[in-house]
Amino acid sequence: MSLDFKPGAFNDFFREETFRGDFTYRNSPHNIRRFPFPFDRDDYMYAVNMEPHVPGRIGSVFEKTFDVDEHYVAEMIDRAKVLADDPLRCQSLPHMTLAGWDLLELIMESKARDYPEWFSLEKNGNRWRWINRPLGIDHSFTFLDEATLPYGPMEYITRQTQGDFTLQDEREGTLWMDAGIATSQADWSVDFDIGMSWHEWHAPVPLAHEMGIFDRALKFLLKLQHGAPVRRFNWTMTVNPLLDTAPETYPKWGPTKTSLTQENLGQKQHLRVELQTLYRLPRSNAIAFDIRCYLASFDELMTVPKWARRLHRVVRDIHPDLATYKGFIRNQPAMVEWLSKYDDGKPTSPGWWPEEA
Amino acid sequence: MTLTPVEPTIKSRPVYAPLEPRPGHLHLIIADGEGADAVTDMLAKTSDAGQLLASAHLMYCPGPNGTDLTERLRALGALQFFRAPTIPALLPRLKRVLVDAHMGSQFYLAGTEGLCGQAETAIMQTGFPASAIQKEHRGSTVRRVQCVHCKGITENVATDPFQCSHCGLSLFVRDHYSRRLAAFQGVNIDAEDPGDVPPSVVRFK
Ligand code: HEM
Repeated sequence: MSLDFKPGAFNDFFREETFRGDFTYRNSPHNIRRFPFPFDRDDYMYAVNMEPHVPGRIGSVFEKTFDVDEHYVAEMIDRAKVLADDPLRCQSLPHMTLAGWDLLELIMESKARDYPEWFSLEKNGNRWRWINRPLGIDHSFTFLDEATLPYGPMEYITRQTQGDFTLQDEREGTLWMDAGIATSQADWSVDFDIGMSWHEWHAPVPLAHEMGIFDRALKFLLKLQHGAPVRRFNWTMTVNPLLDTAPETYPKWGPTKTSLTQENLGQKQHLRVELQTLYRLPRSNAIAFDIRCYLASFDELMTVPKWARRLHRVVRDIHPDLATYKGFIRNQPAMVEWLSKYDDGKPTSPGWWPEEA
Repeated sequence: MTLTPVEPTIKSRPVYAPLEPRPGHLHLIIADGEGADAVTDMLAKTSDAGQLLASAHLMYCPGPNGTDLTERLRALGALQFFRAPTIPALLPRLKRVLVDAHMGSQFYLAGTEGLCGQAETAIMQTGFPASAIQKEHRGSTVRRVQCVHCKGITENVATDPFQCSHCGLSLFVRDHYSRRLAAFQGVNIDAEDPGDVPPSVVRFK
């Protein structure tokens, strides 16, 4: 039993592209307009920025519970390659299997509801039939019976879902990252972090502990209710559209940070946005954390004048500790120089939507 | 010799406190090197050290710096005493003993961070709550470091940066610590500028 993709359907929508080697990843003009630009003002600092994850504007990445976009098939092929190279990117401690089934159910039900043309789920008691047309999967299995899946339930469903995922067990008044899959992470290691508690895995983040952000966010999360998910943004910078910026492979991609020039920066430098969503799971009482990565090159972002002005101001004025932590301090001057040409100094409207330019 | 001071750094960095005698059915005492002093200091705090020792299993190995206080601990007269040559040689016995340890057992870990961390991992894997485990860091501050790239663990790291004993990359030593692996994280220092490795300094003794 395995999970062989037979993509081919809907090729007019899903792009054929790479996140490595020749890096053919691009956003279509339509996809740029729906890019989740994370800055709702001209400056940035950490905050407990959480809001209910309810259906948002039509066409936006908030419209559906799990956004499926034009990069879906290519991202899933990239994930399969990363996992073949390094199976430690997906780990689940033994007590997390039930939470994995909870996640599988949540994703299958949401996708079948939100994208009936692509996904369907038929249930006959615990006998389930799952059809994933973009990846060419038609699979019947028994819910809660691991022997009927080619992987554990978390791995099975996240090999078919954009975004990294972690599953948190709740014990002793905190959350424990006891399962996770990460192939599109911003430089943190699942293998190192599995088994850590909330404050431990957040330990490397500057300033936020002292600001009380992690204490307040944890308090909020412990009250998270089933059926009432929440979302927030995080962001960083990545050279090349490389999804898998893992610490494991840092010696491979680290040198690309020295490859930027004023000529190639617009094409190579990408803003990396994480749309993070959090769900309380019904059977396990665990919390699922979805870290969905969106990449856009500076050239692509400059097609929206409001974002162009704002990105320049944010990158220019960011706290040096954040630029260091996010790993772009060495390229910050070059980025500011490049971006300044797109900032005419005009005021920007509040909010992140592009059209209010 | 007292508790080795640990600079407060980041929140995954383990914290330590002097061992305190506590009531329990079984006292599992695990120490290396100068950790032996922490054990005798702890016993000196109770008026009934004899009773604690009568239900104590004491396991000890010399420290990475060669400190060997075996005879001091053997002379205490614990119900069971075991001396191992190294930490890896001590762990299989600890894991076997844990199989039979019941709730209400008390765990006392003392010595290097490598010893405390690996013993803690073994104990927590058997389901005991963190609250049953006390840890006192004494003696050598050398670190156990996982190379985040090749996953190999280098024991007794004294310098920063150091060379991974498995893949040979030059790694800098973070304070970020994984309880599950009982190891600090080592990250390639010249990834962005290959060959540009600053001179090693002795940070851990
Ligand atoms: C249970 C869900 C969560 C998980 C599993 C998680 C995990 C992580 C991880 C692994 C990192 C990287 C740390 C490193 O450098 O090694 C991180 C960074 C961070 N997290 Fe979380 N996180 C969660 C929820 C939250 C929430 C709700 C907040 C809200 C305040 C938050 C705020 C942050 C911030 C501000 C950073 C630094 C990001 C940056 O500057 O790039 N996290 N998180």
